Amino acid sequence: MLPEIVSWIAVALILATTTAMLINTDWRVNLGALALQYLAMLWLVTRHLPFAMGSAKLITGWMVVAILGMTRLGLTNVENEEESFFPRGQAFRIALMGIVALVTAGAAPSIETAIPGLGLPIIAGGLLLIGGGIIHLGITTNLLRVILGLLTMLAGFEILYAAIESAILVTGLLAVVNLGLGIVGSYLLLAGSAPLESEEDL
Amino acid sequence: MSAPIIWIAIPFIAGILIFLISSERFSATAGGAISALLALIALFIPIDVALLLGTISIKISPAIQFFGRSFELNTADGFLLAIIYGLASLWFFGTEASGTQSRFVSLGLMIVALLTASIAVEPFLYAALLLEVAAMLVIPLLVPPYQKAGQGVVRFLTYQTLAMPFILFSGWMLTGVEASPSDLSTTLQAGVMLALGFTFLFAVFPLYNWIPMLMEETPPYATGFLLWALPTFTTIFALGFLDRYTWLRNSTQLMNAIQFAGLLMVASGGLFAALQRHLGRILAYAAIAQTGLILLIFSLQSNQMANLVFLTLIPRGLELAIWALALSILKREAYSLQFSDVQGLARKYPVATASLVFAHLSIAGFPLLAGFPSRLAIWQSLTTDLSILFWVFAGMFGLLIAAFRTLAVFVMTDESGWKINESWIQITMLTVGVSGLFILGLFPQILQPLLENIPALFEHLSQ
Repeated sequence: MLPEIVSWIAVALILATTTAMLINTDWRVNLGALALQYLAMLWLVTRHLPFAMGSAKLITGWMVVAILGMTRLGLTNVENEEESFFPRGQAFRIALMGIVALVTAGAAPSIETAIPGLGLPIIAGGLLLIGGGIIHLGITTNLLRVILGLLTMLAGFEILYAAIESAILVTGLLAVVNLGLGIVGSYLLLAGSAPLESEEDL
Repeated sequence: MSAPIIWIAIPFIAGILIFLISSERFSATAGGAISALLALIALFIPIDVALLLGTISIKISPAIQFFGRSFELNTADGFLLAIIYGLASLWFFGTEASGTQSRFVSLGLMIVALLTASIAVEPFLYAALLLEVAAMLVIPLLVPPYQKAGQGVVRFLTYQTLAMPFILFSGWMLTGVEASPSDLSTTLQAGVMLALGFTFLFAVFPLYNWIPMLMEETPPYATGFLLWALPTFTTIFALGFLDRYTWLRNSTQLMNAIQFAGLLMVASGGLFAALQRHLGRILAYAAIAQTGLILLIFSLQSNQMANLVFLTLIPRGLELAIWALALSILKREAYSLQFSDVQGLARKYPVATASLVFAHLSIAGFPLLAGFPSRLAIWQSLTTDLSILFWVFAGMFGLLIAAFRTLAVFVMTDESGWKINESWIQITMLTVGVSGLFILGLFPQILQPLLENIPALFEHLSQ
C-alpha cells in the first residue's frame, strides 16, 4: 500500500514540476524542476527495474542538469528569452498541461487493461512527462527549453519502457542518449557565444 | 579477431585518436585510408570462413557479446561493409579538398562505426538507440563552435530524438504481433508506431523541413555527409524490419501508405527543387526526392526490392559526395550559395561547377550517369500504374529543371576567358568522382558482384 501511495506522490510531483517548467521563464527554476523530475522518475522506474539501474538513470539525469546549469551560468550575453509565440500567457500553458492531465487520466486505465501489470501510477507518470515534453517542444524555439522538452519527453518514455524492457544495454544506451542530449544542448548554447581564439586571432 | 571489433571498435577508436590530431591533411588521409582498408578487408576476407595463408589460418569470428547483448556481422554483411566503408573513404579523402574542419574525419569515423553497430546489434530494434547517438554526434559537424545554432539543427535533433521511442515501442509491440498475428488492434498499434518512427527517421513530408534549413545554415560538406549516412542506415534498418515481419510485407494498407509517402516526397522534392534560388536548398530537395524514391521501392512488393534499393543507394553516396564537395568549393569563393552570388562561377571554377551539374543530373536520372540504371528499373516496375509513374516523372522533371537553372546561373556572366581556380586535389577528387558517375552509368553491371549477395542478407525479401 505504502509504495502505491509514494508512486502517486511521484506522479503528483511530476505534474507539478512539468507545469512549473512550462510556465516559468527562469532557467534556474526549470533546471531545479527537471532535477526533481528525475527523482520522481527514480521511484517509478524502480517499480520494475533494480534499484541500481534506476539510480543510474537518476545520476545521469542530475549530471545532465549540472552540465546544462553550468553552461547556462557561464553565458553572459544571452538574448531575451521572451518569445514571440502567441498566446504565451501562463494561463494558456496551464490549460495545455490540464489537457495533458485529462488525456492521461482517460488513457491510463485503458493502457493498463491492454498491458496488464504495468501499474497505473507508472503509466500516468510516463504519459504526463511525454505530454509535457511534447507541449514544451511545441511552444518554444528557445534552445535550452527545447532540450528540456526533449529530456522531459525521454524521461516519460523511459518510465514506460523500463516496465517492458530491463536489458542493461538499453539502460546504458538510454543513459548515453540523455547525457548526449545534455552535452549537445550545452555545445549548442555555447556555439557562437565564445570569441574566436585561434592563433590567427591572437 | 571478431568482425564487430574490426568494423565497429577499430574505426571508433581511430576516430577518437584522429580527434587528438588537429592536422587537416593527416586526418583526411588517415581517415580515408582506414576506411578504404576496412572496405578492402570486407571485400576480400569473408567473415566466419577460415582462410589458410601458408601455415597460418585466419578466421574472423562473426559475433561479440556486450552487456548481455550480441553484436553480429555475418558473411552476408561483408558486401554491405565494403560499400559503407568504401563510400565513407570517399567522403574522408574529400575532406581536405572541401576545406572542412579536421574533426569531420574523426567524428565521421565514429558516426560510421556507430551506424555499423546499428546493423550488427541483436535484438535489431536497439538500432534506434544507436541511430540517435550517431545523430547527436553529427551536431558538432553541423555547427562549428564560432557559429550560432540555427533552427534547422534544433529541428533535426528534435525529430531524430522523437523517432527513437516510437521505434523501440513498436519493436516491443511487434513481438506481441508475432505471438498472436490475429490480434488486429495490436497489429494496428504496432504499425502506427512503426510508421511514425520511420516518418521521423526518413524525414517524410512534411517533416523534412529541417533539411533545406540545414543546407542554408551549415557547412554543405558536413550536411551532405549527414544526408548520405543517416538515410542509408535507416534504409538498411527498415529493410531489416520488412525482412523479419511477414505481415509488414503483406500489409496492403501499410504498403499503400509507404507508396503515398514516397510519391509525395518525390513529387514535392522535385517541384520545390525547381523553385529554389539557393544551391544548397536544391541539394536538400534532391536528397528528399531520392529518399522518396527509396520509399517507393519499398512499396513495390517485388523480390527485386532489396536489389533496387541498393542500386539506388550506392550511386547516391557518390552523387551526394561530389555535389557537397563542389558546393563547399563554391561557398569558399562566394560565401553564399544564393543564385545571385554564384552567377558566372563556371568561368572561375569550371571543374567544380561541371561536377555539381553532373551530380545533379545523375540524381535526376539523366541517361549515361550513375542514377539512370536504378531510375530505369524503377520506371519499369511502375509501368502497371501510370498515375504513379506520372508523379515520379514530375518529380524527376522538377530536378531536371533545377539542374538547368543552376547551369544557366553558372554560365551567366559578361566576363570573357576561363580560369581554373580549383586546387589540384580538388580537381583530382572531383574528376575521380565524376568518372565514377559515368562508369556506374555506362557499366552498371560492375555493381553485380556486390548486389548478388543481397539475397543472403535479406532472405525473405528476395524470395
